[in-house]
Amino acid sequence: MSDTGKRPDSLPGLGPWNACVDKSTARFPERRKDFVTGSGAPVARLYTPLDLGPAAFGGAGYEESIGYPGEYPYTRGVQNTMFRGRFWTMRQYAGFSTAEESNKRYKFLLEQGTTGLSVAFDLPTQIGYDSDHPLSQGEVGKVGVAIDSLADMEILFDGIPMDKVSTSMTINAPAAVLLAMYVAVAEKQGVGADKLNGTIQNDILKEYVARGTYIFPPEPSMRLITDIFAYCAKDVPNWNTISISGYHIREAGSTASQEVAFTLADGVAYVEAAIKAGLDVDDFGPRLSFFFNAHNDLFEEVAKYRAARRVWAKIMKERFGAKNPKSLMLRFHTQTGGSTLTAQQPDNNVVRVAIQALAAVLGGTQSLHTNSRDEALALPTEESVRIALRTQQIIANESGAAETVDPLAGSYYVESLTNRIEDEAWTYLKRIDGLGGAVRAIEQGYVQQEIQDSAYAYQMAIESGDRVVVGLNKFQVKEGPPKGLLRVDPAVGERQVAKLHALKERRDNAAVKASLVALDLAAKGDANLMPPIIEAVRHYATLGEICDVLRGVFGEYRPSAMF
Amino acid sequence: MEKKIRVLVAKPGLDGHDRGAKVIARALRDDGMEVIYTGLRQTPEQIVDAAIQEDADVIAMSILSGAHNHLFPRVTELLADKGVDDVLVLGGGVIPEDDIPFLKGKGIAAVFGPGTPTKATIEFIRANLKRS
Repeated sequence: MSDTGKRPDSLPGLGPWNACVDKSTARFPERRKDFVTGSGAPVARLYTPLDLGPAAFGGAGYEESIGYPGEYPYTRGVQNTMFRGRFWTMRQYAGFSTAEESNKRYKFLLEQGTTGLSVAFDLPTQIGYDSDHPLSQGEVGKVGVAIDSLADMEILFDGIPMDKVSTSMTINAPAAVLLAMYVAVAEKQGVGADKLNGTIQNDILKEYVARGTYIFPPEPSMRLITDIFAYCAKDVPNWNTISISGYHIREAGSTASQEVAFTLADGVAYVEAAIKAGLDVDDFGPRLSFFFNAHNDLFEEVAKYRAARRVWAKIMKERFGAKNPKSLMLRFHTQTGGSTLTAQQPDNNVVRVAIQALAAVLGGTQSLHTNSRDEALALPTEESVRIALRTQQIIANESGAAETVDPLAGSYYVESLTNRIEDEAWTYLKRIDGLGGAVRAIEQGYVQQEIQDSAYAYQMAIESGDRVVVGLNKFQVKEGPPKGLLRVDPAVGERQVAKLHALKERRDNAAVKASLVALDLAAKGDANLMPPIIEAVRHYATLGEICDVLRGVFGEYRPSAMF
Repeated sequence: MEKKIRVLVAKPGLDGHDRGAKVIARALRDDGMEVIYTGLRQTPEQIVDAAIQEDADVIAMSILSGAHNHLFPRVTELLADKGVDDVLVLGGGVIPEDDIPFLKGKGIAAVFGPGTPTKATIEFIRANLKRS
């Protein structure tokens, strides 16, 4: 800490002001005894320059702890000019039913002005089962699009220029297979892998903790992830190889500080795994990306993003010795909080989403998905999706929030929250290191238990009325069942199975078999798995066939059920 | 001492959203019930076997993936096949209201949607147990 500045260790007016307030609150008590953030952290009545932390020391403290956008420690953002250069990527997560239906929805979204695609896969695809697997029954095409083979992927991106559109794919355990299919489809469009922009989520650790679409045990899963890092560093240089996700951790019930801490702890585990696999931190560090939630407490959320950037920059620089500035920058996607939306009076969700989206923008997000008002009820309709997208466009073009960089910097309250979240994150990170790192902490159930405790406390606060959710436990109205919800055609499963069986008839089954044997051999050894997966995909081996080979070699993850 | 109500909290299908299931499991336990949680990705067969093995009075299932119309009725059918008629079967999750009459017709005694207080589920169980 530099001491060139002077800390304002007292404010002459503060004592008398406090005395005055004490007198008036004795007569007119405040609304509550304790005020708390959305995450339950205490909130003081007033914040002053005394709460700025290191920046209270004046110039040098400011430059070290807050600094300038595009410069270490990136508290104020990862680019110099942020949204004055260009707006964040407006990216709506979408996908349902068949590849044909989802392709139509993507074209609709592009026409409406989205600037990137975000593919939602159905659960069988996310867990590496083909549509005709017994466990896929009832799930095909429900929460996302069903992809069994390259043939489906070709339809999904039909007429979409893959050299121009960036695509984010929410796929984790079988991320290598879907990336392989993306590369292979692009090839057919005449687009080289080096021209591709996009992201795969590829974050298995949060699947064990919060999202549930795991397949393999941690060790081989980490190998698949580091194989992707190595392959992309060479062949798909503009690809974000992972999106280390706090989103689902928060949705599972964590606090804002836990979201930052557990996400960055997972990040540390991936970096360590990649270094152990022989990669240089500056070869893969610049392609790591993050994914955070946006809940309703505007100031706490803004502080969360700022704190996350600062902590990650310090981890990469001080712990891993990264030299490339791009390795130090925490770039992130944001999605508004699905779990904050109510099934009651669903139009109110438009307002919640607007506040959350504003938090993401004020916090300097690189891309944003705004949830649709009907998501507590069903998949969103086109009309709801349009309102959600318009919400982003209004924030971008009308609110003024995008006209200067990091507008809330210097707010006594926001800087104090930023410091608090950073401190709490470091405390958790040390505890997780003490347990042997994120993988061990997850295997021991520590992270899950912390999240469950927060989730339960939150639910109890709602039920006691201590926390008000408008329309849910206060300001309720009698309302009829919601109308016009999107329903996925129940026959989609049968259609998808028929397509799959027809494919298996017409493809070169000898070539499929040979490619699967080659993959099996590679999995048993230690060669990079991406090339044999791409080869298998090109021959129209199915996702289920490829994952079955890997299941045979790697085994499956079996968690203990705790609550 | 009064016999504790035994509840099997179950996640049928491939859905990984179990915040609600875990909150319910804990609330029922805090209310004095004996709770077994199956964990994720259970087939209807596994759920019914677990319920019989654990001598559950109640099966409380949660689905947020939209597969409820397929999976919930499978559980009640399998219970009927095994001659079990005294287990209270409940559903929860993201389930459109239009689907509720169908599910009730298939033997799901009640469906609890998003925002339901845990107390409502507890009271329903205490008032509607099929076994005394």
